[in-house]
Amino acid sequence: MRSEAQAEKGTSLWQDALHRLMKNRLAVVGACVLATMVALALATPWIVPYAYDAQDLELGASGPSRAHWFGTDRLGRDLLTRVLYGGRISLMVGFAATAVSLLVGVVYGATAGYLGGRTDAVMMRFVDILYALPFTIFVIILMVLFGRNIVLLFVAIGAVQWLTMARIVRGQVMSLKHTDFIDAARVMGFSTSRIILRHLIPNVLGPVIVYTTLTIPNVMLIEAFLSFLGLGVQAPMSSWGVLIKEGADAMEEYPWLLVFPSLALSATLFALNFLGDGLRDALDVRAAKD
Amino acid sequence: MPLLDVENLRTYFHTRNGIVRAVDGVSFSVEKGETLGIVGESGSGKSVCVYSLLGLIPSPPGRIESGAAHFDGSDLLRCTPEELRAVRGKRISMIFQDPMTALNPYMTIGDQVTEPLRVHEGCPKMEARTRAIEMLQSVGIVDGAERLRDYPHQFSGGMRQRVMIAMALIGGPELLIADEPTTALDVTVQAQILDLINNLQQSLGMAVILITHDLGVIASTCDRVLVMYAGRFLESATVHDLFQTPRHPYTEALMASRPSAHAKGETLYTIPGLPPDLSTEIAGCPFAERCRHAVDGCRECELTLEDVAPGHQSACLRVQAGEL
Repeated sequence: MRSEAQAEKGTSLWQDALHRLMKNRLAVVGACVLATMVALALATPWIVPYAYDAQDLELGASGPSRAHWFGTDRLGRDLLTRVLYGGRISLMVGFAATAVSLLVGVVYGATAGYLGGRTDAVMMRFVDILYALPFTIFVIILMVLFGRNIVLLFVAIGAVQWLTMARIVRGQVMSLKHTDFIDAARVMGFSTSRIILRHLIPNVLGPVIVYTTLTIPNVMLIEAFLSFLGLGVQAPMSSWGVLIKEGADAMEEYPWLLVFPSLALSATLFALNFLGDGLRDALDVRAAKD
Repeated sequence: MPLLDVENLRTYFHTRNGIVRAVDGVSFSVEKGETLGIVGESGSGKSVCVYSLLGLIPSPPGRIESGAAHFDGSDLLRCTPEELRAVRGKRISMIFQDPMTALNPYMTIGDQVTEPLRVHEGCPKMEARTRAIEMLQSVGIVDGAERLRDYPHQFSGGMRQRVMIAMALIGGPELLIADEPTTALDVTVQAQILDLINNLQQSLGMAVILITHDLGVIASTCDRVLVMYAGRFLESATVHDLFQTPRHPYTEALMASRPSAHAKGETLYTIPGLPPDLSTEIAGCPFAERCRHAVDGCRECELTLEDVAPGHQSACLRVQAGEL
């Protein structure tokens, strides 16, 4: 007991959190799976055996084989290659759009919640208005106005996802802002931005992280949906969402077209959930010690 | 010139059920280095009174309707947020009632104790650390160097209150406001914390406003006492005078309610009735309804603190008239 207490001394919040995270086996597995996915996605252009749009019409759809581990689709394109390329897009959209929503949502929500009163009312009504806009129309307008490109896709998805984040953070901050330690921070003469950034936001990280890990899969699914509408990724480029869509169409004849992209997506989503769960526990300094 | 001079402070809360006059026209001053006690029952407005000075009243519904609080030439109730920030935490600081909630659970003790220094003085990290260790030592946390990296949940209630005190005092304030600093602690720790505040006050030469509902705490720590009831001050006196010769029926009744004023086995004295509802305007003396000396005049008079003896002021009409 004593030696453990000493071992924990001299660690920061983040080191402590990491230490606790490492004890959570599921979270570690999740982190490994995710890291593998990210590494594969980064390395894709150099490791794939085929080009993602290379067709072999004579071969057509074929099951998993030595030449094509995941099989090929109707046009004879190598599925492994397409899953890897699809992962690049899906992960990139997932992380980038979530990062946008996280950054905007947390700061916006915390500011509205902390300032309260009229500022809060105006800020949150703005969120309500954006909420009320049909998302699809919003994205279509953006795409039509600015042309289709992938960065815009991040922005469009992020622009919708931050709304919920802002509401969650605002609610948390409202319940925290009259706690004694925030009053104490005000009595200490700290500036508003300091109180929000250093005192409030760390206290809401728990729910934020959990919601983030739920947002990433959500964003991936939205991307799939947009791609299906022709607003997202364009053929012959692919994403997991697109591949699953195509696979589902051909499910009865060529089941592997559905199985492999789905496995990739599910594995990633599982990994994210386990990791998110572990992170929430690890970052809760009150609950986790001893 | 007093360090802090509060004039005619009124803080009202505009609620759905009407205007609650939590603090209704109080004036007081604090001299350099003295300990001023504010005593009163729950809901008498003690905390609201000092929260108003520090801009901690949630608004809406709270609003400071009138008054001025002169602290070294500037009016705390009217100065800009920047001016207020420069005073808060540096020249005036505060410790809270419940040490369990007054420390940020997500920051280490070290970060919290050094933060005032880093913000107000731009103190470099290592120097702030050294000063934090010294400060923790002077509040009785001897292994301060090792505990800087601990989180509040690793401390007991009494230790957290010590950390709070260290945090409040590290900037060397001229005025410390202690809002029931010992209420949440058990009795043995209470005495230690009060001793600690007293000792630090003497060594640092600061003034203290101590808010409490415990007359025992007042007796053992304060120089001067204000008795608060229903948002107003009813009596102001030195501790000695207040306990020897209370000059207001409410104070007398409070003294009579103390368990130590009774022999063992005797039924404790209680003041009949309840404190008045602050959302209706009270004419005259707010204690009149519960006072056994009340006469008709009490319900009509203008409530003012008047000298009834040297350094001793009372708001009781009949005491002022020499009838009691």
